[in-house]
Amino acid sequence: MSDSGRYMMMSWYEKIYYTLKRFFKGLFCGIADFFKGIPNAVVSFFKAVGRGLLFLVKSFTNGDVLTKLSFVLMGSSNLFRGQIVKGFLYLIFEIAYVIYMVLTGASAIAGLKTLGTKKQGWVFDEKQGIDIMQQGDNSMLMLLFGVFAVFVTAAFVIVYISNIKSAVKAEEIKKSGKKLPGFVEDVKNYFDGNFHKTILSLPILGVLTFTVLPLVFMILIAFTNYDSKHQPPGNLFTWIGLDNFKVMLSSGGALSRTFWPVLGWTLIWAVFATFLNYIFGMLLAMLINKKEIKFKGLFRTIFVLSIAIPQFVSLLIMRNMLNDQGAVNVLLKNLGLIDSYIPFLSDANTARITIIIINLWIGIPYSMLITTGILQNIPGYLYESATIDGASSFTMFFKITLPYVIFVTTPYLITQFIGNLNNFNVIYLLSGGGPSSLDYYQAGKTDLLVTWLYKLTVNSKDYSYASTIGILVFVISAVLSLLTYRNTGSYKNEEDFQ
Amino acid sequence: MISSDFSLGKSNKSYKRSKMIGTVFAYIILILLSIIWLIPILWVILTSFRAEQGSFTPYFWPKGFTLQNYEKLFTETKQFYFLRWFGNTFFVAVCSCVLSTFFVLCVSYAMSRLRFKMRKPLMNIALILGMFPGFMSMIAVYYILKGFGITQSLAALILVYSGGAGLGFYIAKGFFDTIPKTLDEAAYLDGATKAMVFWKITIPLSKPIIVYTILTSFLAPWADYIFASVIMGDNYANYTVALGLFKMLEREFIHTYYTRFAAGAVLVSIPIAALFIATQKFYVSGITGGSDK
Repeated sequence: MSDSGRYMMMSWYEKIYYTLKRFFKGLFCGIADFFKGIPNAVVSFFKAVGRGLLFLVKSFTNGDVLTKLSFVLMGSSNLFRGQIVKGFLYLIFEIAYVIYMVLTGASAIAGLKTLGTKKQGWVFDEKQGIDIMQQGDNSMLMLLFGVFAVFVTAAFVIVYISNIKSAVKAEEIKKSGKKLPGFVEDVKNYFDGNFHKTILSLPILGVLTFTVLPLVFMILIAFTNYDSKHQPPGNLFTWIGLDNFKVMLSSGGALSRTFWPVLGWTLIWAVFATFLNYIFGMLLAMLINKKEIKFKGLFRTIFVLSIAIPQFVSLLIMRNMLNDQGAVNVLLKNLGLIDSYIPFLSDANTARITIIIINLWIGIPYSMLITTGILQNIPGYLYESATIDGASSFTMFFKITLPYVIFVTTPYLITQFIGNLNNFNVIYLLSGGGPSSLDYYQAGKTDLLVTWLYKLTVNSKDYSYASTIGILVFVISAVLSLLTYRNTGSYKNEEDFQ
Repeated sequence: MISSDFSLGKSNKSYKRSKMIGTVFAYIILILLSIIWLIPILWVILTSFRAEQGSFTPYFWPKGFTLQNYEKLFTETKQFYFLRWFGNTFFVAVCSCVLSTFFVLCVSYAMSRLRFKMRKPLMNIALILGMFPGFMSMIAVYYILKGFGITQSLAALILVYSGGAGLGFYIAKGFFDTIPKTLDEAAYLDGATKAMVFWKITIPLSKPIIVYTILTSFLAPWADYIFASVIMGDNYANYTVALGLFKMLEREFIHTYYTRFAAGAVLVSIPIAALFIATQKFYVSGITGGSDK
């Protein structure tokens, strides 16, 4: 019997016990795996480095003159043994790297230590006897170029090791009397045995430049004081260690007085947005799935329209309709239902409720789409036996449908929860985080951590605080993901499947 | 198939009647909900044909109808150059969807079909990278583009939308996983290289997922406002539709341009909604990742 089938046969207290057990097992095993994983990763990293160094030493001592020469002049072993193109490519790469390091790279890496010492401003020039404008260091550019130089150096190390490997291999093949593969054969191999290198190179280059490099840069920013008061080129910023995290999490300053309430609202929002959408979406799917209902496709399409229309259109229109003098208020007033305008988006608590309700408009169709297929797969015998026992449809929903669907979609629910923690669009387009509050630093009463991050970046240029929040959001998402990642089938039995 | 009742031997009249009432009730709820769901959409469409200007009207049904809002969108190009923005967005969408689809297919094929030492580590790294909020690196991306000297250009937008696309390989990988491996093995026995298997076997068998990837990456530029606004700044000529329409709602423009905003919104929404509805099937199987099996 399948997992889900066994689950359905349990009594309600067994179900609760089972669910809780599964949840905490997932959480603790996930966290345990994570912490077990760290030392393992560190150990295997150093092992790999050790093996690499051992390999280098061995190759150097055992190799012939040409192989030894490859340690200094990359590619010489290949070049002088007949693999001319390959050898030249290595050589050109080495020359390019050396030129880059001499010209800018070395000083860029050295600059990482201080992030600049010369402040822009007037200094006295002894030769001319007057004050002159000093250019000053740009800490931001120094950090960026420094990180870039480290990336280039890492790439160089990888190519260097491949050069040694290739040198040793060329020597071995030559010694055994076989013919060395020429350039054409090497290229051919990149479409077969080494095909993964070929098809991964461009995507990885893209990810490195547009995701990894910016991310590393921003993570480093979290450990500096690059806030609105330290903006290059006029000012310098420098390393301050973990101070940003301390300010954000513990002390009673404006930042921590903003962080904790915003985090609280983010979590409340994510809980409501996820579960309300989920349950209502499931009910809607069940309603449309009813045997007697005709035009199923039409109804589904109507609801899906709210996903299909770009959010900046639908949400901006709603924002306008819900304005204090907007269509909804006017309509309600004309109908005599209200005396004064409802502050849909201008009062903190009302705005929060409004946002959660409006989000139903977008979210319900999503979960309707997803649960439709699952509902159709619930084994029919469960319902049949329940009907024989005389269960009402109400009981059947809570005893059969809901538990079954939740069981199947737990991973989806948690992904959805993480998605809602980072649900930028709904908040930004609907309320813009407002109503703004004087208690908060640069945030409004409906701001989530991500929209606050955005405001800190764009409005006040407090990059260091924004990065700190980014890292904290990462930690929250990572802990939640550990829960799902272990439980998903695609992770557990990826290999059995094929 | 769910239905609230299985007629097992119960067929008396009262049962039938209660069933009827249930069905009518279900229809009423569905129709009410449909109306709620359609009101905002209807509101946009009505506004786009509204003759009276202004953002707030104290009534639902416009007093007069006109096509001028659409007309002016294309003819009055001094402040807002809608047609050009439309063209920009289309261009960016086409280029970035070609690049992204290429990246996604390459990565997902490698992760699904090829076995190499760095496969698992790379997949884990991709998972970790995905957990950082995207906006965090926004400003660094801006400075990197500045380093290339291409800020405020369409090329920059294309690179931003497609550069990191390789990370979104999960859905396509899941699809490739379902293609039987025996096909590949038979081809290898016949002497095919891995590249040949990729082009001649896997790609032709993967039409649905290719369509899905193309469409999702095609749709992204139409809806994005944030990255576009950071990159474009005040370069109106290179704005995308989303950016331009957003601009129309700024305080100094909203009174005159609100109806035109609605017209533009309708024009953008129609093709996007049509594409989405046509592909929702793939969308669902993408998210649930076969968990409903």
